[in-house]
Amino acid sequence: MSYIKPKFIHPRSPKNKLGYSRQYYEGSLSTLCAGCGHDSISAAIVDACYEMAIEPHKVAKLSGIGCSSKTPAYFLNNSHGFNSVHGRMPSVATGANLANRDLIYLGVSGDGDSASIGFGQFAHAVRRNLNMTYIVMNNGCYGLTKGQDSATADHGSISKGGIPNTFEGIDMCALAIQLGATYVAQSFSGDKTQLVPLIKAAINHKGFSFINVMSPCVTFNNNAGSTKSYDYVREHNEALSSIDFVPVKEEITLEYEGEDLVELHDGTFLKLNKLNQNWDPKDKLSIISALQIAHDKNEILTGLLYIDNDSVELNELINTTEKPLNTLTEAELCPGVDVLEKLNQSLR
Amino acid sequence: MLRLDDMTGINDFVVRFANVNGTGSASANTLFGKSIFRMGVPVSAKNIFPSNIQGLPTWYEVRVSEKGYLGRKDGIDLMVSVNPQSLKKDIESVKSGGYLIFDSTKSLPESHWRADIHFLGIPLMEICDREFSDPRQKQLLKNIMYVGALAKLLDIRLEVIEVLLSEQFKGKEKLVSLNMKALQLGSDYVEQNFNFPLPFRVEKRDLVKDAIMIDGNAATGLGAVYGGASVVSWYPITPSTSVISSFEKYAHKFRKDPVTGKNNFSIVQSEDELSAIGMAIGANWNGARAFTATSGPGLSLMNEFLGLAYYSEIPVVLVDVQRAGPSTGMPTRTQQSDLLMAAYASHGDTKHVFLIPSTPTECFEMMADCFDIAEQIQSPVLMLTDLDLGMNEHMTAPFKWNPDRKYNRGKVLSAEQLEEYKNWGRYQDDDGDGIPYRTLPGTHPSKGAYFTRGSSHDEKAAYSEDSPTYVRIMDRLVKKIKTATKMLPKPLCYNCEEKSDIGLIYFGTSNYAAEEAIDELKATGKNVNAMRLRGFPFVEEVAEFVDNHEVVYVVEQNRDAQMRTLLINELEVNPKKLKKVLNYDGTPITAHMIIDQIV
Repeated sequence: MSYIKPKFIHPRSPKNKLGYSRQYYEGSLSTLCAGCGHDSISAAIVDACYEMAIEPHKVAKLSGIGCSSKTPAYFLNNSHGFNSVHGRMPSVATGANLANRDLIYLGVSGDGDSASIGFGQFAHAVRRNLNMTYIVMNNGCYGLTKGQDSATADHGSISKGGIPNTFEGIDMCALAIQLGATYVAQSFSGDKTQLVPLIKAAINHKGFSFINVMSPCVTFNNNAGSTKSYDYVREHNEALSSIDFVPVKEEITLEYEGEDLVELHDGTFLKLNKLNQNWDPKDKLSIISALQIAHDKNEILTGLLYIDNDSVELNELINTTEKPLNTLTEAELCPGVDVLEKLNQSLR
Repeated sequence: MLRLDDMTGINDFVVRFANVNGTGSASANTLFGKSIFRMGVPVSAKNIFPSNIQGLPTWYEVRVSEKGYLGRKDGIDLMVSVNPQSLKKDIESVKSGGYLIFDSTKSLPESHWRADIHFLGIPLMEICDREFSDPRQKQLLKNIMYVGALAKLLDIRLEVIEVLLSEQFKGKEKLVSLNMKALQLGSDYVEQNFNFPLPFRVEKRDLVKDAIMIDGNAATGLGAVYGGASVVSWYPITPSTSVISSFEKYAHKFRKDPVTGKNNFSIVQSEDELSAIGMAIGANWNGARAFTATSGPGLSLMNEFLGLAYYSEIPVVLVDVQRAGPSTGMPTRTQQSDLLMAAYASHGDTKHVFLIPSTPTECFEMMADCFDIAEQIQSPVLMLTDLDLGMNEHMTAPFKWNPDRKYNRGKVLSAEQLEEYKNWGRYQDDDGDGIPYRTLPGTHPSKGAYFTRGSSHDEKAAYSEDSPTYVRIMDRLVKKIKTATKMLPKPLCYNCEEKSDIGLIYFGTSNYAAEEAIDELKATGKNVNAMRLRGFPFVEEVAEFVDNHEVVYVVEQNRDAQMRTLLINELEVNPKKLKKVLNYDGTPITAHMIIDQIV
């Protein structure tokens, strides 16, 4: 496999509003297996950021450990990245966000990283409504250590070794909704049309945006009998909604009339086309029951599952000043000599 | 040999209070200690308490010392026992010829009597029942009543206590007069029933000067506010919790945006210690000064993250208020037993910088310094205190702050600097001091982005498993920590004017007992040179001190002589030269514990 990627950008390649080509949003060459679902998700992240004309240096991309956590090296080369320790990306992202609330935080994790070793950190980042986009590249197995079942592997799903999984699988979306995530979506790495707008809307959402992406492991979990193989996910994918992200108000034209438009906090819109009438994306109870029904029918619900537009994110919840804390100077941080002298006096 | 306790009893004695925890005794006992401090006499107070909220025995020990010795002292001159659970043991612990104050509402069992001590029975409960009506007040005022009795017995002026009470209950005159009544009742009972004052007692002095009284954790929290910490993540654990409460208190007072009233800081109580250190690292990576505070069990959990911060070169400040381990150990007892773990935390080859304050004043100063050092070296910096320093109030020098002080934010490149920097690499040693230049996210649209990782990387921060590259980076880290050593507070010498063959090394809260021991040894004709360590890795002076003495005693409060191990390991000195002087029973070390292991 080649480790060199051409840096040349064709002068006539299309540019976004900032004058950057799509290539400017790419990363280094992936070292994942050929055909890995994760690479498609990386490409969807690149598309979303390019199309939204995000300034790459205003993004911090963070991950834990595992195949999925390697991917931040494969997108957004002009962003700072942080490949932390296994299962601990949520805490690093929380600290980073507290230090500078003005950046876009994009976390990438896997099912081992978020549903097992980092289960606790995931849960608490969700309940604090940390303002970040959190993508789990979910393949139901441990790829880097050669294919052990993960905690999201479905009960009875057959691994490459031919053994059915003994235990219940964790439904990350249902979990995130229960824990108080304010944006929850599910998608499939092979469905870029659905995934790209979901990522855009997630980035735009203020609060914890969670996207669980079924991302088959071509090497260790793509066999017959696995419920996370390409074939299985394609056959059992039940789209709840199709979605379009409308970046600014002005772009809403007559063509959207009659559609279900969801207004976001900053005046942007989500155009939601509900394909299934049995749920309401603002109603927790209906989506939890829809997920349970789908589970019983061996279906994977995809699309935007839940959104709370009145979301209040962590920094607002704890009343932190609007100015990023990492820009505060001595004058704002140090109470000074006179205060100290008064304190001394009160301690005598 | 001559013991200090054979000398005059004026301003030189120990009072111990035996209480039940959760009965409000702490404020009465503190009031007693503070009143002596206000009379200008050096005093030190120590809480000896269980890992429990209500109902178990707790003790409070006050040492009064004309000479200013603030360490714990063996031998109890006066015991105030209001806890029937521990009464028998409490009576046994009084020094021969000493005194016991007890609640004589119920008579003392025959078996408890001792012929060699004085029993001063005061019917505390009976008087309280007669004089006060509210049940909770009865319990609280019973404590104030024995303070009144002590005041009479020890010649402490009631006016001094009255001033303290009116400061404490500012604006609540009713409470002041209620407390004064209880105080007077105790005092009157002594006046009518016993000989007073006792042979040992308090005499007004001017020895306290401008000293203040504060506990180490409060000073540490304040130091973090002054040091510019703006992100704090933490998980509750005794005895470190009050570091955070202190930061929170002072930050709410002094760190509000004057216009919006919003916080110029953020504090997050995390789900565990792993997360606490993770957040602090994330915030520091992003350019805010952040810290966490914990104790031994938390430090164990933080090991993995400390390795990441060391290897990916992220500053972070961590306070470890040490307690007795291993495992849960004795959570409310003191020890200095996390030294080895702190020095080499995490798997693989690592070495961490730590600072060791001895007093609350140093907690304040060193905590602020920790941020400057961490940001300069881009690596974890720990401050190791202990329960004795952290949770007990100490008489200490007033806090000072240089008005011209500027935070040293280390090598962080601005957008302009990035424009000019030729061939920047995140992990390049461009200055020859082992410290590279870092960049913060969001600084420059096209320059300075890099990938932070705990996996091996080259000078440009690219993933690399190339052996020579790995070795180069690992060797540079050694060089970097050497550079860091120069930034640490220097060790201090004590009694080094006259050269001796015997050396004594100590650190942290052993300071109090060690200096007293050295003075006492000197008074008996044994001269000992001493050095107080204040940081790790060791500076040159420590090696010289060891070289210059034939035998060096290393005083520490742990079982395995961990500082001695560090000295042997780091300075490669002959182990036979370093003698252990230890106390690891969970109580603060005393001068006599040291003397007994030297002589």
